[in-house]
Amino acid sequence: MRAQTSALRSKDLLGIEPLTPEEITLILDTAEGFKEVSERPVKKVPALRGQLVINLFMEASTRTRVSFEIAEKRLSADTLNFAASGSSVEKGETLIDTAANLMAMHPDMIVIRHKYPGAPRMLADRLPASIINAGDGSHEHPTQALLDAFTIRERLGRLSGVNVSIVGDIAHSRVVRSNIHLLTKMKANVTLAAPPTLIPAQVEEMGVRVVHSLDEALEGADVVMMLRIQLERQGKLSFPSLREYYNTFGLTGERLARAREGVLVMHPGPMNRGVEIASDVADGPASVILEQVTNGVAVRMAVLYLLAGGHLAE
Amino acid sequence: METKKRLLDAARMSRAFRRMAIEIVERNRGLDDLIIIGIRSRGVPIAERVAREIEEMEGAPVPLGILDITLYRDDLTTIAPQPLVKPTKLPEPIDDKVVVLVDDVLYTGRTVRAALDALIDFGRPKAVQLAVLIDRGHRELPIHADFIGKTIPTDRQEVIKVKLVETDGEDEVLLMEKGDH
Repeated sequence: MRAQTSALRSKDLLGIEPLTPEEITLILDTAEGFKEVSERPVKKVPALRGQLVINLFMEASTRTRVSFEIAEKRLSADTLNFAASGSSVEKGETLIDTAANLMAMHPDMIVIRHKYPGAPRMLADRLPASIINAGDGSHEHPTQALLDAFTIRERLGRLSGVNVSIVGDIAHSRVVRSNIHLLTKMKANVTLAAPPTLIPAQVEEMGVRVVHSLDEALEGADVVMMLRIQLERQGKLSFPSLREYYNTFGLTGERLARAREGVLVMHPGPMNRGVEIASDVADGPASVILEQVTNGVAVRMAVLYLLAGGHLAE
Repeated sequence: METKKRLLDAARMSRAFRRMAIEIVERNRGLDDLIIIGIRSRGVPIAERVAREIEEMEGAPVPLGILDITLYRDDLTTIAPQPLVKPTKLPEPIDDKVVVLVDDVLYTGRTVRAALDALIDFGRPKAVQLAVLIDRGHRELPIHADFIGKTIPTDRQEVIKVKLVETDGEDEVLLMEKGDH
């Protein structure tokens, strides 16, 4: 499918849920054009020259922050990084006040990561700048889902009808929530697999299939996406031990051998080797984990570019 | 939009491509160091046609590339919707090569300005030349074409529509009038 729309409707990217399949296709098509920029000798184009992008990361992040920053720099935007530690946030400033103060410096876009779901929306409703959600609590992480979809589409040529199995900490993952929205909108078949304690009740209502063993998830899968166990978001461990988790849900070479030939192994990172994925699989020929990282820059460039442009009258 | 006149038909267009090809080879005394690069989108099929003429004439292929100038436009943040970005594809490094940029219509010169900026980010060509099928005047920048299929004085209210077999199913160039509405 090629893009049938040429603009995004909103000034913000708050999640995948509000997007139409046409908008998703537009972002992915645009990212294809941007991928080539990162392979040039001069990896920079002047598209966002003179625009100020503030990266407001109120929660730890390496990959996403660095990826956004590279994307912004490759588009010639001016970037400013603002982290929670060592800032006015530690002195008790509210998010709204922080944002209002940043806004007084006239940024064109704000990329925000926050531990509270809905924080990006709160800013989007109050500020004229374009807000990009770089992960809000366990709500959404739209650019991760877009780069995952880009990687699948690039490798398999389509999203429609592709069997994607997502394995691991479903309950605490914003990545999986965005991915479910995106993949179901694009007519892919999504299977979730995890211990029952890590699967939210009634998640089937999002149009996905739930299984409770890794072998079932691997059966017929074109893509298997492994998720990290988010110990930091769990009050107490939802399973007896990490060793036991690895033995039942860890993706080993032996288990992967039972999957369809040509299956893609994905991981949004950071990986815990020996917990959800074995090292030889993470580094093996089926793994596209580092391609995901490369594609992340192209996808984020596409999002920044599309949001920076003129908007169609509503 | 109303068609006022057919400026070129298929036969005259193919003669124009052949003449541009001859002039390019003449001026550069052969194909050494030559690269033909079409500016997306309509410059691309025209560059292919001219390159084919050169190959027939000289018996050897000439390297052919595609330049996407979207990200170098000077009106990016004011136009809506954003134009779709597509990859640039260059067949080889352009350092010390003679690059012939190809486009359909030369008008304000802003597209060529963007193309020059885009090209320079890929290297340092020995020279850059410009080939266009139609030069319609009204330059807003100090830019001129080296190879011209046809020069046509126009009014700013008029629009030149270049149709090509590859994209429109037929070869012709039309002069049209922008409607009042």
